Amino acid sequence: MPLLDVRDLKTSFKTDDGVVQAVDGLSFSVEKGKTLAIVGESGCGKSVTCLSVMGLNPRQNTVTSGSAVFKDRDLLTLPQDEMRKVRGNEISMIFQDPMTSLNPVHTIGRQLIEAVQLHENVPKRAARSRALEMVKAVGIPRADTRLDDYPHQFSGGMRQRVMIAMSLINNPYLLIADEPTTALDVTTQAQILNLMNELQRDFGSAIILITHDLGVVAETADEVLVMYAAKAIEQGDYSSIFYRPRHPYTWGLLNSLPRLAQGAELKPIPGSPPSLLRPPPGCRFHLRCAFAFDRCRTEVPPLLPSPDRSDHLDACHLDEPAKQLGAEEVVDRMKVASV
Amino acid sequence: MIRYIIRRLLWAVVLFISVTLATYLIFYIIPVDPARLAAGKAASPHDVQVVAHRLYLDKPIWQQYLHFLDQLVLHLNLGYSYANRQDVGTTVMNAAPITASLVLGAVVIWMAIAVPVGVYSALRPRSAGDRVAMTGVLTGISVHPVWLGLIASYILGFKLNLFPIQGYCAFTGAAPGETCGGPVDWFYHLIVPWTVFAVLYAAFYVRMIRSTVLDTLNEDYVRTARAKGAPEHRVIVQHVLRNAMLPVVTMLGMDVALALGGAVLLEQVFGLPGLGYVALHSLFQFDYPITLGVVVFASILVIVFNLIVDLLYAVVDPRIRLA
Repeated sequence: MPLLDVRDLKTSFKTDDGVVQAVDGLSFSVEKGKTLAIVGESGCGKSVTCLSVMGLNPRQNTVTSGSAVFKDRDLLTLPQDEMRKVRGNEISMIFQDPMTSLNPVHTIGRQLIEAVQLHENVPKRAARSRALEMVKAVGIPRADTRLDDYPHQFSGGMRQRVMIAMSLINNPYLLIADEPTTALDVTTQAQILNLMNELQRDFGSAIILITHDLGVVAETADEVLVMYAAKAIEQGDYSSIFYRPRHPYTWGLLNSLPRLAQGAELKPIPGSPPSLLRPPPGCRFHLRCAFAFDRCRTEVPPLLPSPDRSDHLDACHLDEPAKQLGAEEVVDRMKVASV
Repeated sequence: MIRYIIRRLLWAVVLFISVTLATYLIFYIIPVDPARLAAGKAASPHDVQVVAHRLYLDKPIWQQYLHFLDQLVLHLNLGYSYANRQDVGTTVMNAAPITASLVLGAVVIWMAIAVPVGVYSALRPRSAGDRVAMTGVLTGISVHPVWLGLIASYILGFKLNLFPIQGYCAFTGAAPGETCGGPVDWFYHLIVPWTVFAVLYAAFYVRMIRSTVLDTLNEDYVRTARAKGAPEHRVIVQHVLRNAMLPVVTMLGMDVALALGGAVLLEQVFGLPGLGYVALHSLFQFDYPITLGVVVFASILVIVFNLIVDLLYAVVDPRIRLA
């Protein structure tokens, strides 16, 4: 029984220029204590997916359909005050830019205490000691005095740790992290990811990690969902995706990882993602795909399981041999280039 | 923090000297023969000379200014009116509470209108209510306060007899020779001036608050607060307003300081003998000591308020505290 089961999630925004289908029929599930990584380029709909699950999209001009069943309740149909009890309590979310995610005029202690008292009727002292515990757990030194400091007195990495502390303080079942390390430098990124892994072990929470960085995925994910232009184009187990990738976009992503080997050039995917106002007909990736053929231009490829593993899905018209070949080439290239 | 306060106080002294010097130059050096004005129309040339000597007007300018400063700072003496020999300080201090009543009452009214309307407009942009509010804002900014004051006085006071046409009643009770006094009369006489005064400022502030709240609603930390499960009213008050009102507080401090310096137009329209009224009439009569007295007082008020607002800002915005 998965912790969160999303079926056919669709979210669209009415804009002055027309309707933007930001998420177009996503289905995935998250198991207790596991990590799902949602990967894709900027603008492919990864953040909107999670904001839809949390009910944090703007209420005007937004249409969401499908289901997101969490512990026997469909979050998409829950009334507002029920949803508020879930947010920050059973499901938490942290965002990309730690520099601006904290209220600048409240101390971090006060913001942590608020997170506790919003969901539990505990006196301030008890909430403060919980806050202190969490701040220590995320590795902030001199936690006791730091609780009375303001966000501007912390560095970016520290602020993100505070955000993590705030999101885990009520021991949620699920933590959604929207590009938590994108705004941080590489060393801090490694520290934050390690911290998240540790805390996942200690607290047993499931994590949905949104990222565009496959390196991050490699460090943390159990399951991977690759998105492109509002659709899921490949999803499955981490090892399946990384060692037997089946979609040209995934091949492109894996190929574009920078190589440490000498003389290795960067191999980006040419072109840029299509507009979601008027998506291209057929497969949305066909304009940038080196393997596209006639069918790709007219027919939208359905998301279908692989013959070897039914939990590995991909949306591509290429036949089985082509997919195997493509996977081998990519994996070989990765092996050759690794130091 | 203490160093910041000391630095600001020293700067306030510099400002005070600059303002009083400039004012002194304008009122005593530039006009032709202030001694003749002081002596009065019937004075003979000899009398004028005596007066000139008494008023230090035959000394070099810098000495005159120093004497003026000395009188002002050490003896709190702003001189005497040319028209009725009354102590300027007393005149100013009699007029000040009237202006204060007008301005502070208006502040309460305009903030009571601007905050709810501004916040509502920001929460429901482009809705019918918002459009009505913005039309109201445009009207409020465009309407000339004097015109509005006169119309209000005429219709509400003269035609419909609902409110007094003009005049001020002391809060503390009727002074000897006055026909009205006490809190009720005070309130009754000020309600229309308050409202007219508030119209323009309310319009500005509705627009300002709408703008700052709209900006703040897009901030990441507001999203964080919602993601924590905070109910919307808490998000609005504790997170949005707490940040959005910071620039409003600064503006308010400055506007109050300036208004206290002399709300000339409306005091004239409603016959309220406050600082603006007194200064205006002193100009008509060439009674420069009074004019200078009001200017000095108003300048001190502005400098003091400026300092208070700066300190207040450092208190409410922790990012500035350590500056």
